[in-house]
Amino acid sequence: MTYIFIGIGLFFNLVGSIGLHRLPDMYTKLHAATKCTTFGSIFIILAVIVQSAGIWAAEGDSSQSVMIIHVVLALLALVVTNATGAHAIARAAHRSGVKPARAVVDDLEKKEND
Amino acid sequence: MNWVPAIVVMAVCIIITVVRIFMGPGAPTRLVAFDTTNTLVVASLVIVAMMTDNRPFYIDVAIVYALLSYVMTLYVAKYIEGDKF
Repeated sequence: MTYIFIGIGLFFNLVGSIGLHRLPDMYTKLHAATKCTTFGSIFIILAVIVQSAGIWAAEGDSSQSVMIIHVVLALLALVVTNATGAHAIARAAHRSGVKPARAVVDDLEKKEND
Repeated sequence: MNWVPAIVVMAVCIIITVVRIFMGPGAPTRLVAFDTTNTLVVASLVIVAMMTDNRPFYIDVAIVYALLSYVMTLYVAKYIEGDKF
């Protein structure tokens, strides 16, 4: 179970990194990298939770609960900060005049000018 | 359990994103690559904590790193945007 979760997490982290490297544009890079790495990190943290809970259930070692609580706090911090940080980056890039590659119509700019 | 292949894959991901930091055209692309690198470093710290006998110290480091890198991302985004603070 731990291996399945960590495999999914590593696969999505690798896909996010390759997408960051290959896609043509800043917005598409943001799209690929942020979502894929957040999803992959969530699965890696789930793997840690499953492993610690397994040790706790097998050996009765209640100090594993400290690990689980800390990892859940790290998960909360990661999820909240990644989403809002990506939104801040996209808004800053759009307001500083970065255009999407091969874009013809920009509806958001028309809405801001009205 | 053996976690060395997992940490090797995470190192490859971090190397790809750091290459994009140095290559990337323009400041917003570099900022995106740096944000991705921070997320990957947090995930790597979690794997290292699992590798070294389930010690929670590395998780504390990961929490503080995530929050501080979030502050850095917001600050540089405001700088790119060009507004007053």
